Amino acid sequence: MIKTLLATAAVVTLSTAAQAQTIGFSQIGSESGWRAAETTLTRQQAEERGITLQFSDAQQRQENQIAAIRSFIAQGVDAILLAPVVATGWDSVLEEAKEAEIPVVLLDRQVDSSEDLYLTAVGSDLVHEGEVAGQWLVDTVGEDECRVVELQGTTGSSPAIDRKTGFENAIEGHDNIEIVRSQTGDFTRTGGKEVMESFLQAEGGGENICALYAHNDDMAIGAIQAMKEAGVNPGEDVLVVSIDAVPDIFQAMANGDANATVELTPNMAGPAFDALEAYMADGTEPEKFIQTESKLYTQDDNPEAEYEARKDLGY
Amino acid sequence: MPQVFRRILPQVLTLLAVILLVSLVFPGFVQIDFERGRLVGPIIDVLKRGAPVALLAVGMTLVIATRGIDLSVGATMAISGACAAWAISSGYGLIPALAAAIAAGILSGLWNGTLVAVFGIQPIVATLILMTAGRGLAQLITEGRILTFSHDGLAFFGSGTILGLPVPALIWCVAAVLFALLVRRTALGLLIEAIGINRRASTIAGINSRVLLVAVYVASGFCAAWAGIIATADIRGADANNSGLWLELDAILAVVIGGNSLMGGRFSIAASVLGALIIQTIDTGILLAGFPSEFNLVIKATLVIVILVLQSPNLAPHLARALRISRGAPLVGSSAAREAGE
Repeated sequence: MIKTLLATAAVVTLSTAAQAQTIGFSQIGSESGWRAAETTLTRQQAEERGITLQFSDAQQRQENQIAAIRSFIAQGVDAILLAPVVATGWDSVLEEAKEAEIPVVLLDRQVDSSEDLYLTAVGSDLVHEGEVAGQWLVDTVGEDECRVVELQGTTGSSPAIDRKTGFENAIEGHDNIEIVRSQTGDFTRTGGKEVMESFLQAEGGGENICALYAHNDDMAIGAIQAMKEAGVNPGEDVLVVSIDAVPDIFQAMANGDANATVELTPNMAGPAFDALEAYMADGTEPEKFIQTESKLYTQDDNPEAEYEARKDLGY
Repeated sequence: MPQVFRRILPQVLTLLAVILLVSLVFPGFVQIDFERGRLVGPIIDVLKRGAPVALLAVGMTLVIATRGIDLSVGATMAISGACAAWAISSGYGLIPALAAAIAAGILSGLWNGTLVAVFGIQPIVATLILMTAGRGLAQLITEGRILTFSHDGLAFFGSGTILGLPVPALIWCVAAVLFALLVRRTALGLLIEAIGINRRASTIAGINSRVLLVAVYVASGFCAAWAGIIATADIRGADANNSGLWLELDAILAVVIGGNSLMGGRFSIAASVLGALIIQTIDTGILLAGFPSEFNLVIKATLVIVILVLQSPNLAPHLARALRISRGAPLVGSSAAREAGE
């Protein structure tokens, strides 16, 4: 059954390959700067490849996404990109897409439907991000004693759990590095600042802290302000490593206030389009999960230029 | 005057009890040092961090006294903060930025007040509109990103100090004192209470309830605007998604811990502000204690339940009597507890 489907899909795509493709993109909404950057980059990538992008903003509601996918199917688009707002409840609409022989690629988040209902999922490995951040600290401090304070994301959210796990994996076996305090800053600047203030109070005004690990850049930026106001020199007295690589953290790195960040790339569409292209050309089945690179940036990576490159993406 | 002290005594005792409790888990809690021209210490952090909720509680007290509620204050904070950050980053200078933020707060209040007083929409529904739409408005102003600025004048309202004291703490103190004087040195407070107890009767008695109702929502918007300025100045950026998120609930909780009835009528601004400080002391205490973050909300909820049960009208008088009998002498807290129970 699948083979015949694939064969027909290949025939259909061969016949349309010469024409410009139309791809539908159902985006969650614009709840964060990262999400806005993902939308901008998806549009850019589509334009570069001569793809017509049908964009639909779901405003954080699954029913809007389902409606958008149904309308994409009705329009007969060549493929669908879906950034799912929740993990459950996609089975029937994905089956409809499959019956219409339209490949669906998931961006950034996963669904818990059967794997044969979508072509592939493009995303970042959150545990790996934490590991890259932890490995940077291990390499930087060497054998020195290092007391780390951790700013967690929203309690119970999967990025918070996975980024914590990854960091702990990386520092395991390095007894000189120890997480002494860990609290949630809710992924916000205010949260990061408030919690860092209490860390500084509790750890001798910051003298006993060697490094800060924040689950996202915004909390790190808030914490940097808290340290400056408390007379602690972030980046030197306290090493700062965080995750996401938003523009403002590059500015902080350029000023010497932050040391390293791990990129959660908003360019999920690039790999998705690549996979779709290969699939449509000769029916190559991609892996079910395409992991984006979790690239580490430090002060040596020309943070000014990185800031300039990112500031207009909509972060 | 002694009446005022009797009214706020339960809140003062609660605050002291919470401070004592936090000191047990974090012994340095009451320690205050003087470093680099500013006072530092957990208590100072409480005064500073509690500023947004304390300010919101001042406005919320007046609204609740009219038997209303203002759910939109968190969103108003976001709008005002966005206006201030937008004005300052567009190069308009400090005074226009503050003016824009406060104007946005007052406009939000006018909108709420008009819906409630002129169109007769129930306050919880009327303010829910701005609560949901307001954050969208703020995002329109910031274009969906965190709008950062580098202007020391505006940042002063978040992290500056005067005579070693953090500016946000001074702002809420001044606001609380001014509003308390305004309603208690004039008949305004009495008229607001009259509306809360029976709007129709007070209108018949000659009170212009429509104007007064609009005025309390404007006052609430004004307070929210200052809270928004502080929140934005604190992180040197307007975060429309998160600024003031869920703070309307903390503000209502502060008013309730302050012993004010959600059914309107008698109110005490001082008690509400103490309620805000109690909440902030719990929050800061949790952060300092170093428990895993999964426990944050459980600890907070438990403490709030205990406080509210102790203050409940059915329990407080009995508690006070029991204490008096066991001590064999009248206790100062007893009459105050009964007062809170009214």
